[in-house]
Amino acid sequence: MPIPNNTDHSPGSLRRSYKRYLKERVIELLLFLAAFLSVFITFAIIYLLISESLVFFEHVSVWDFLTDTQWTPLFDDAHYGILPLVSGTAISSLVALVIALPFGTIIAIYLSEFAPFTVREIAKPFLELLGGIPTVVYGYFALLFVTPLLQTILPDLPGFSLLSAGLVMGIMIIPYVSSMTEDAMRSVPMHLREGSYAIGATRFQTAIKVVMPASLSGIAAAYILGISRAVGETMVVAIAAGMQPNLVWNPMEPAATITTYIVQVSLGDLPHGSVGYQTIFAAGLTLLLLTLVFNILGHLLRKRYREVY
Amino acid sequence: MLPMNHPDNLNEIRTIIAYHKRWDLLALVAGVTALMIAILTFIALFGSMVIDGMPRLTWEFFTSFPSRKPEAAGILSAWVGTTLIMLVTAAAAVPLGVAAGVYLEEYAPKNLITEIIEINVTNLAGVPSIIYGLLALGLFVYQLGLGQSILSAGLTLALLILPIVIVATREAIRSIPVSIREGAYALGATKWQTVSDHVLPYSAAGILTGVIIGLARAIGETAPIITIGALTFIAFLPPSPIQDQFPFVSFQWLMEPFTVMPIQMFNWISRPQEAFQHNAAAAGLVLVVMTLLMNGLAIYLRYRLRKNIKW
Repeated sequence: MPIPNNTDHSPGSLRRSYKRYLKERVIELLLFLAAFLSVFITFAIIYLLISESLVFFEHVSVWDFLTDTQWTPLFDDAHYGILPLVSGTAISSLVALVIALPFGTIIAIYLSEFAPFTVREIAKPFLELLGGIPTVVYGYFALLFVTPLLQTILPDLPGFSLLSAGLVMGIMIIPYVSSMTEDAMRSVPMHLREGSYAIGATRFQTAIKVVMPASLSGIAAAYILGISRAVGETMVVAIAAGMQPNLVWNPMEPAATITTYIVQVSLGDLPHGSVGYQTIFAAGLTLLLLTLVFNILGHLLRKRYREVY
Repeated sequence: MLPMNHPDNLNEIRTIIAYHKRWDLLALVAGVTALMIAILTFIALFGSMVIDGMPRLTWEFFTSFPSRKPEAAGILSAWVGTTLIMLVTAAAAVPLGVAAGVYLEEYAPKNLITEIIEINVTNLAGVPSIIYGLLALGLFVYQLGLGQSILSAGLTLALLILPIVIVATREAIRSIPVSIREGAYALGATKWQTVSDHVLPYSAAGILTGVIIGLARAIGETAPIITIGALTFIAFLPPSPIQDQFPFVSFQWLMEPFTVMPIQMFNWISRPQEAFQHNAAAAGLVLVVMTLLMNGLAIYLRYRLRKNIKW
C-alpha cells in the first residue's frame, strides 16, 4: 500500500479520500439500519396486532369482549369474552409466582450473603444452565410427572389442571428469579455490608435491612421479569392445563390461558381472514398489553427506588 | 441509667445477640434447604425423563421418520428441520445483531433516536415468544408470502434472538479498552477500519458466547413455530442443499414444510399411548442435552475469556 502523502492535493487523492468518506458513510448507514430494525419490529408487532384486532372488533363489540364470561369463538353459538382466558392466565401465573418468588428470593439471599465462594461459583452457572432448558420439556414434566404425583395427594385432581402447570412453571422460573435477584444483591457495594457488620449486625440482618433495600430496584425488576415470563409462558400450560376456556378461580380445574388459546387455534387449520383467525390477534394484543403493563410497572419501580452510590 | 456492664444490661444484650444469631442460623438453614429442594426437584424431574427415555435412544431413533407405530417412530425429520432452521436463524440474526450492537456502541450519537432504539431492544427481550409467532404469521407467512416454510421459521427465531445477540455484542465491545481504538485512530485508520480490524476481532469470542446462548434458546422455542403452522407429521426430508448437478447448490429447502424437535416432542406428549410418551422423553433428552451442551460451551467460553484476557 502506498503511503498517503498529506501534501498531495492532486484530484486523484481528493477523489480517493472522497471515496473513502463515502464508504464510511454507507457502512454507518447500514449499521444504523440494522439497529433501527428493532424499532421496526416493534412497530410491525403493534401494527399487525392492532390492524387485525380492529377487523375483529368490527364483528364483536369491545364491551362484549371485556365482559362476556364465555370464550367459544369456534362454536356455532360464538361468544367472545376474554375473561375466561385472562382468569386462566392469572391463576396459573399466581400459582407459579407463589412458588418462584419466595424460593427464588431465599436462594438468592443464600447465594449472595451466606454461601461460601465455591458454592456460588458452582451454583451460578448451574442456574444459568437450567434457565436454558426448553419449556416444552417442562410441559412434559408437568403432565407426566407432577400431575400423577399430585393425584396421589389430591385424588380429585383432573388429568389437566392449572395447578400442576403453575407449579412446574414456578419451578421453571426459580432459576431466573434467583439468578437476577442474586445479581442485584451482588451489585450492592461491599462497604455497605462492612458498615453493617461493623455495628454488629448478623448476616441475616445485613441481608434484610441493608442489602435488600439497597438493591430493591434490581429485585423488583427480577420479580417483574418473572411475572411477565409466567404470563407469557405457553408450552407448559398448553400441555398440562388442558385447553378448554373456563372462567374459573380454582387452580384444581383445567382451563385455557391466552397463550394456549393461540396455540390451540394454530394447531387447527383456520382459514386466513376468518373471524377465528382474527381472534388470535385480539388475544395476542391482550397479552402484549398485559406484559406491557408489567414492563412499565417494573420501569417505574426501578426509577422510584433507584439508589445512587 | 445503668452502666453498660451492669449485669441486667449485659444479660439483655446477650439475649438480643442470641436471638439474632438464632435468626441468622435459621436463614442459613432456610437458604440451604431451599437450594437443596430446588436441586432435588430438578434431579427428580430429569431423572424420571432419563428413566423413561433412555431405552428409546437407539441409532434407529435418530434415523427414522415419525410413525404411527411408536416403536418405529424417530426424530429424523425433526432434527434435520431444527438444523436447517438454525442455519437460517444464525445467518439472519448474527449479521443483523452484530451490526446493531456495533452501531449502538461505536457509532450512535447521544440523541433521541439512539435512546428509542436502546429502550426498544430492552423491551423486545421481554415480549412473549408467542407474540413473535403472531408477527411471523401475519408478516412472513401471509404478507410476504413465504408460507409455512423453513425460511419463515428461521426468520421468526432470528427476530426472537436478535435482542440476545445485540446485548452480547454490546457487552463484548464495551469490554475493549478505548486505548485500542485510540491506537488505531493515531495510525490514521478510519472508524470502520478500527471496528473491523480491531474491535470486532477482539470481541469475537464474547459475541460468539451470546450467539450460542441465543441459538440454544431458539432450538427449544416451540410456541412461535406452532403459531406459524409447522406440521407435526413430516415423513420426508427437504431437498438437499447440495446437488450433484450444476449449479450444485439449491435453495429449494428454504421453502419446504418442516417439523422441529420441540414440536415433535409436543406431538408425542399429547398422545394418550404410553409408548409415545416414552418417545417424547427420548426426544426431550436429546433436546435437553443439546441445549445444555450449547449453554455449557457458552459459559465455558466466557469463563476462559475472563481468565485469559488482561488488557
